[in-house]
Amino acid sequence: MAAGTSSVGDRKPTRDLSSAVVRFAGDSGDGMQMAGTQFTDTSAIIGNDVATLPDFPAEIRAPAGTVAGVSGFQINFASTDIHTPGDRVNALIAMNPAAFKAHIEDVEAGGIVVVNDSEFDKVNLRKAGYAEGYNPLEDAKFTQQFKIFRVPITRLNAESLQSTGLGAKDVERCKNMFALGMIYWLYDRPLDTTIGYLEDYFGKKKKLPQVAEANVKALKAGFFFGETTEMFPVRFHIARAAITPGKYRKITGNEAMAIGLITAANLANKNLIYCSYPITPASDILHTLAAMRNYGVKTFQAEDEIAAVCSAIGAAFAGQLGATGTSGPGLALKSEALGLAVMTELPLIVVNVQRGGPSTGLPTKTEQSDLLQAMFGRNGDCPLVIIAPHGPADCFDAAIEAVRIAFRHMVPVIIMSDGYIANGAEPWRIPDAAGFEAIEVNHKIDPETYEVYRRNEDLARPWAIPGTPGLQHRIGGLEKQDVTGNVSYDSANHQKMTNLRRAKVEKVADHIPAIECLGDPAGDLLVLGWGGTYGSIVTAVENVRKSGRKVSGAHLRYLSPMPKNLGEVLKRFKKVLIPELNMGQLRLLIRGKFLVDARGLNKVQGKPFLVEEIEHAINLMLDDKWGPSESLEPQIASLGAEEAGG
Amino acid sequence: MAESSLPVLTAKDFASDQDVRWCPGCGDYAILAQVRKVMAKLGNRIEKTVFVSGIGCSSRFPYYMNTYGFHSIHGRAPAIATGVKIANPDLDVWMVTGDGDGLSIGGNHLMHILRRNVNIKILLFNNRIYGLTKGQYSPTSEEGKKTKSSPMGSIELPISPLSIALAAEASFVARTVDVDKDLASILERAGQHKGSAFVEIYQDCNIFNHKAFEYTTDKDTKEDHIIRLEHGKPLIFGKARNKGIRLHNHKPEIVELGKDGVKEDDLLFHDEKDESLAYLLSRFTHPEFPEPMGVFYKYDDDSYEDLLTKQVEDATKARGRGTIAALLNAGDTYTVG
Repeated sequence: MAAGTSSVGDRKPTRDLSSAVVRFAGDSGDGMQMAGTQFTDTSAIIGNDVATLPDFPAEIRAPAGTVAGVSGFQINFASTDIHTPGDRVNALIAMNPAAFKAHIEDVEAGGIVVVNDSEFDKVNLRKAGYAEGYNPLEDAKFTQQFKIFRVPITRLNAESLQSTGLGAKDVERCKNMFALGMIYWLYDRPLDTTIGYLEDYFGKKKKLPQVAEANVKALKAGFFFGETTEMFPVRFHIARAAITPGKYRKITGNEAMAIGLITAANLANKNLIYCSYPITPASDILHTLAAMRNYGVKTFQAEDEIAAVCSAIGAAFAGQLGATGTSGPGLALKSEALGLAVMTELPLIVVNVQRGGPSTGLPTKTEQSDLLQAMFGRNGDCPLVIIAPHGPADCFDAAIEAVRIAFRHMVPVIIMSDGYIANGAEPWRIPDAAGFEAIEVNHKIDPETYEVYRRNEDLARPWAIPGTPGLQHRIGGLEKQDVTGNVSYDSANHQKMTNLRRAKVEKVADHIPAIECLGDPAGDLLVLGWGGTYGSIVTAVENVRKSGRKVSGAHLRYLSPMPKNLGEVLKRFKKVLIPELNMGQLRLLIRGKFLVDARGLNKVQGKPFLVEEIEHAINLMLDDKWGPSESLEPQIASLGAEEAGG
Repeated sequence: MAESSLPVLTAKDFASDQDVRWCPGCGDYAILAQVRKVMAKLGNRIEKTVFVSGIGCSSRFPYYMNTYGFHSIHGRAPAIATGVKIANPDLDVWMVTGDGDGLSIGGNHLMHILRRNVNIKILLFNNRIYGLTKGQYSPTSEEGKKTKSSPMGSIELPISPLSIALAAEASFVARTVDVDKDLASILERAGQHKGSAFVEIYQDCNIFNHKAFEYTTDKDTKEDHIIRLEHGKPLIFGKARNKGIRLHNHKPEIVELGKDGVKEDDLLFHDEKDESLAYLLSRFTHPEFPEPMGVFYKYDDDSYEDLLTKQVEDATKARGRGTIAALLNAGDTYTVG
């Protein structure tokens, strides 16, 4: 990562890096998400590529000072193209002992650890679960392995805000800005983006100009502390990335999903009716859309998950863009209604932001374990379309594409996001608003020839909407007679309609792009992934390819139906590895459908893959050291031990 | 074409071409016939009308109306209907449900459609039994009821659909009987109400719970077992119209007019705007009290879909109609290169 040291007119030397990974960690009330978000915004605006990983507890306020209450925010920022928030932390900011304890293991050997020394007192050390009389900051195990900087952040922050007239509590709340200012100095970032934000948020929005002023003051105090003290011997510079010129904004997956849905509604000349029941980590989509009524968006906070999907189905029947959003447990509740949407052949969008399961599971942690639920979690043979965006910004495109498919094929579409891409952020090059293709919807139906299930060449039935004279019809969950749509219990008809519903979904494959390989189109190993693991897989494959090994990657965006050429692509490789944040759900499908001896790297630890975990698995397969098991868990812990041992 | 020049529709225009498949003698037939008539009388258009139902015998209703219709899944009709109405407030949305569909599996949704005051007419056919699944007790079956699933008698207390509707802030609450002369006029008033209109209709399941409501339909005795509610009028009932309801120590009691000097003025007077009275009336059960029929409660308030549409309009007025360009370029943007 290091690229050279120079001294640019500053008192202290500046070292150029191509990338760095910084993690802010503190109590869930310490404002770490805000500090991280600000650092991300600033880095994006000065032209770095960025990728983030927020990590927070499910409890809004877990007991202060405990490990359970630690909230973290990791940012990878670079002068090169990056796809992940980074495996190893180069600089950790730990606001209390619990944050130190929870995150120190992720810091690279020799890494920077800035701790808020004011908080490392007896009480907090005990709350963090350290033995009486023990302070990790005095333990050679840590002091030798890391560059630990003990800064009394709480005290310095309080002293810098003495003259503001604010109460002690308000003053204390500014300490995240002091820490941020310090890290801004360390990584040579300007303060203006954050100052602008603070003045806007506290000053204008919350009408607390005094608080805004204090935060700015703390931010500057932290920055000047870095500059004037002799604490940090060197500061770092990460040049702007050579990214495609254009207008950018930083975007999270949930934001991208929300504006993607609005854009799609606009392109189809429809109103978006978004019906949802609050659930982590999907609620932000509802929040974003609820604030956008001036785009013709109607949001409906339903009484439960079932009502949410049913009202969206009602909206689709009435001729608008009916959409619902949820996470795993909510998708389970929506199962029966999804069957209704499949049976009535209505266009419906379901956004599923996956989280750790089963049951309530790990609400704030990421996982990809709803794939089989989305695929099969309904009674009867009940196929629908499934799309998985591969990153935060891609949620925008996935939403538009889902609507295009739903409207063209008269079919429900599930979009499989996950907690990692939903909350993670990246720079997004804003597309040209005039550059989108309209989404065709044909409501011009001749009443003379209209029949409810008379299909077109895509096997889609006509979307006749209430209010149209002459097209009155009845639909429902009972099996319907082919063409007429009358209730039918006829056995041959049921077989036919079941076949048609399947064939209709398969037909979608005529309109989706073939899957392409990253790297060579044939070789020793194909690493096949889907959804939010894209960044880690791509980076791992690229890294291993640099050593000349014959590994390629392929990423599935369309899971139902799958691209037509997938079977052929799989055959071109000697081995197939499928890394997934579940216990092997895509692997089961691929093995079953293509009779390929695919192996799985399967992780359910609430966190995305580390690049090195995938690299390690790739090398095991290429070296014929994988062994007989169909799947392995990441071996990174033992790998780390090996390396440490020489 | 102006609305006024459209042809006048008759009940027949609202009949679909499907054969009606309820059991012969089912109370649903009478309701279907009246609903078709009322739709014509209200001047509703078939293409602007949507019937939504859940699952159960009553929920087959949409198939028999030549309107738009959605026979959905068990208990969820209120949610589907809400989605329809939000998406297109111009549609005239009616919902048909039963005591199992609406009060058991779909009880939650019923409560919320009512409190939101979505402008939808809700007809709950109460036959106090599960008919489609062949005769199990329902949430309105009386305690001790012997059915296939309660051979020793039900040990559950029945709930009052009207008490529930009132507690859920319904803005129009009424009751009638499948074969009663007032069915049509009550449906008409429901149809004219702007907001959620909830009508409980006693309906005879002549297969699994025949004559459950005979006390309200028997020509000779029914007037002794029901009170026909009229706004502003005293609560008088009985074949000879000689009985009335009076409050005594805050409790209702049946009194005989003329006896012990009881006059009409001593009786309770019906007031459709009095929610407490409506609730009191909803607690009258046979045989202790005559069961009230008619409109228990009605108040006018903004409907959900109007308020939602207004928010869209207000936001558009304040911030201008959003465009894709504005949407994409919102937030902190920056230029590279």
